[in-house]
Amino acid sequence: MTTYSQGDDSVVVVIGSGAGGGTLANELCKQGVKIVLLEAGKRESPATFINDEWASFGQLAWLDKRTTSGSWRVAKDFSGLPAWICKTVGGTTTHWAGASLRIHDHEFRARTVYGEIKGANLLDWPLTLKELAPYYSRAEDKMGVTRTHDVAGLPGNNNFKVFYNGAVKVGYKNCNTGHMAINSRPRADRASCQQYGFCFQGCKSGAKWSTLYTEIPAAENTGKLELRTECHVARIEHDDNGKVTGVVYFDKDKKEQRQKARVVCVAGNSIETPRLLLMSTSGKFPDGLANSSGQVGRNYQRHTTGSMYATFNEPVHMYRGTTMAGIVTDEAVNNPKRGFVGGYELETLSLGLPFMAAFLDPGAWGPQFTEAMDNYVNMAGLWIVGEDMPQASNRVTLNPTEKDQWGLPVPNVHYDDHPNDIALRNHAYKQARAIYEAVGAKKTYEVPPYPSTHNLGTCRMSAKPSDGVCNKWGQTHDIKNLFISDGSQFTTGAAENPTLTIVTLAIRQAEYIGMQMKVQTI
Amino acid sequence: MSTQTVPLRGITRPQFSRREFLKGTGILVGTLWASSTALITLAPSRVWALELKVLDERTGNALLVFTRQIFPHAKLDDAVYALVVKDLDAEAAGSAEVKKLLTEGAAGLDKAAGGDFKAAAKEKQSEITASLAKTPFFEKVRSKAIVSLYNNELAFAHFGYEGNAFQRGGGYLQRGFNDLKWLPAPSAKASPAAFTG
Repeated sequence: MTTYSQGDDSVVVVIGSGAGGGTLANELCKQGVKIVLLEAGKRESPATFINDEWASFGQLAWLDKRTTSGSWRVAKDFSGLPAWICKTVGGTTTHWAGASLRIHDHEFRARTVYGEIKGANLLDWPLTLKELAPYYSRAEDKMGVTRTHDVAGLPGNNNFKVFYNGAVKVGYKNCNTGHMAINSRPRADRASCQQYGFCFQGCKSGAKWSTLYTEIPAAENTGKLELRTECHVARIEHDDNGKVTGVVYFDKDKKEQRQKARVVCVAGNSIETPRLLLMSTSGKFPDGLANSSGQVGRNYQRHTTGSMYATFNEPVHMYRGTTMAGIVTDEAVNNPKRGFVGGYELETLSLGLPFMAAFLDPGAWGPQFTEAMDNYVNMAGLWIVGEDMPQASNRVTLNPTEKDQWGLPVPNVHYDDHPNDIALRNHAYKQARAIYEAVGAKKTYEVPPYPSTHNLGTCRMSAKPSDGVCNKWGQTHDIKNLFISDGSQFTTGAAENPTLTIVTLAIRQAEYIGMQMKVQTI
Repeated sequence: MSTQTVPLRGITRPQFSRREFLKGTGILVGTLWASSTALITLAPSRVWALELKVLDERTGNALLVFTRQIFPHAKLDDAVYALVVKDLDAEAAGSAEVKKLLTEGAAGLDKAAGGDFKAAAKEKQSEITASLAKTPFFEKVRSKAIVSLYNNELAFAHFGYEGNAFQRGGGYLQRGFNDLKWLPAPSAKASPAAFTG
C-alpha cells in the first residue's frame, strides 16, 4: 500500500470518495499524480452490505448531527436528517439507484431560457452541453450506462410493467427502463444485475457502479493512491499568499492530524463541502474560503421531489428487482404553458415494507395509513425528480450553537419551496396519478419528499467571480489550488439525477488539474 | 449458501419461572390466531410469550392494545404488536424517564377507560387514543411502532414482503421480478429480455 508523509506538500488531497472525489482521485492517479484521499466513513464491500433497510441505513448513512429550518416538509418530518446520503468509502454511490441522465442543453442555459423568475437566483452554467458531451460519453463508458456504448437496457420488473402500461395509456411516448449504471450483462469485471431489489442498500452483486469497487481499487492499482478512511476534515489551511497548503482532520482515533498539500479538492457532498469552506475562516478569509462572492452555502438545491404510490386489485410486488426500474422523460422539457419553468422526470421507485411505513406519510397513524400498508403487495410506485429554483436564501450555514462529535459547528440546512417548485410538484403528482389510474389504481397516495439525496449548488460555478464560487473547471475563483469536485458545483439543478454529471465534471476536472500542475500554474 | 434461521426477535415458547414474578416485571402471553397462517409456519409454537425487562404485565398489555389502536391492522396478530412492546420495554430499561412516561401513560389509559383499557370497548379505546394524539406518550409509542411493527420477519410474512433476496440464495431475477400477468408485457425495446447466462 502506498503511503505519503503528512509533510509531503507535493500530494493532491481529495476530500470525499464518492462520485466526484472517487472518480477524480482515480483519474489523477492514472496521470501519475500523488493522491491522499480522505474519507470520513469506513470501507465496506458488496460482501458486507446488508439487504435490510434499517440495518443498512445504520451502516451507510451520514448520521452526524445536522439541523434544519425553513418551510420544506423535510424539516418537519426529519428535522435532524435533511439528507439521505452516505458516510462510507464510495460515498452515496453505494446508495444511489443508478439513473444516469445527461443534463439537457436548455438546462445549462436556465437563466436565458427561463428568463427572470421572481425570487430565483437563476444563472447560466459557464459551460455547454456541447463542451461536456465527450466527457459525458467517457463517464457513460466508465460506468457502463445502459443504452449507451452498445450496453443493452435492463429488463423491467413488475413495478415497471404497471408504470409502462399506465404511461402508454396517458399518451407518453418516452418510457423505458432508462439509462442505468447497472450492468445488464457482465462488463468491466462486474457481474450482471440479479434483481436483488436493494439498490439503496449497496449492491450485493456489484452490478451497480460505485466508486467503492471501481474507481478506488483502480486508483490503488496505480500505486499513486493513499486512501485514509474514518478521517473527518475540519479545516483547510492557507498561506499568506492565499494559497491552500493542507488540511487538518480528525483520524479514526479522534486525533487531530495535518496533511500538507499542493492542491486540495473538496467533494464532501453539497452540505459538507460548503460547511468545510465556511469553517475554514482566517484573518485573511473571515467569511470562509473561496467566499468573496458570499455564495458559499447559498443556492442549495435538492430537486423538487415527491412520490406517488398506488394500490391495485392484483399483486405487484414492486420491491422485486431494481429500485429504479424505468423512466418517463416526456415531462423533462421547458414548457411554461404547464404553469412553471423547467421540467421533471418520472422514475419508478420502490421501498421495502419498513421504509414504506417510515416514508408513506411521516407522522401518520390510524386506519387510512394502515389500509395502505395492508395493500403493500398490490402497490406500485414512482418518484418525481424535477428542477428546483436556486434561491439565495436556501442555504447551508453553520449552526451558531450546536456542535458535532468533534466540537465543530453542525451544518444547518434551510430550504423553502419556490412557487415554481410547488407548481411543478403539483403537476407531477397529477400526471403520476393519471398514470396509475389509467391501469386501474384503487387508491393513490401522494408521498412527500424524502430527505434529500440530490444535494446541489452550494458552491456553484459561474462565469463571473461575483456570481459564484468556482469556474467551469470547479477551480475556485478566489484560490487557484482549491477545487470543488462534487455536485456543489452545479449552477442550477436541472431535472436529471446528478451522479452522471458529477462523474463527467470530475473526469474533465482531472484533465485540467493535471495540465495546470504540469505547467506549474498550481 | 447456508440457510439462516428466521429471527423472531424474542418470541419464544413460554418458559415460566418464579424469576419474572420476583422481579416484579411482566410477561406477555398469547396464542397465534388460527388465521395467522404465515406466522404459524415461522414461529416455534402457536403459544408465544414475551418476557419484559422492566415494565409490568398490565403496562405491557395496555401498550399492546394502545399500539393496535394507533396502527390498526385487523388481521395482524397480537404477537407482532408484542414486538413493539418488547422494544418499548428495552428502551425503558435504559432510561428511567422513558419508563416513567410509559408506565404513567399506560396507567392513564386504564384510568380513562374507567379501570382497564385492554378490556374497554373498541370504540372507547379508539376515542381515548385519538384524544392523546401528539402527546409525548403517544409520540413515544407511535415513533417506536412505526419502526418495530414493520421491521420484523413476522410482519414481512404477514404483509407479503419477501425482503432479503440475497439471504435466500439469489436475486428476484429467478424468483418473479417480472411475473406480473394482469397487464400486457412492455415492448422489447422498452424492456429488453433479461440476461440469465
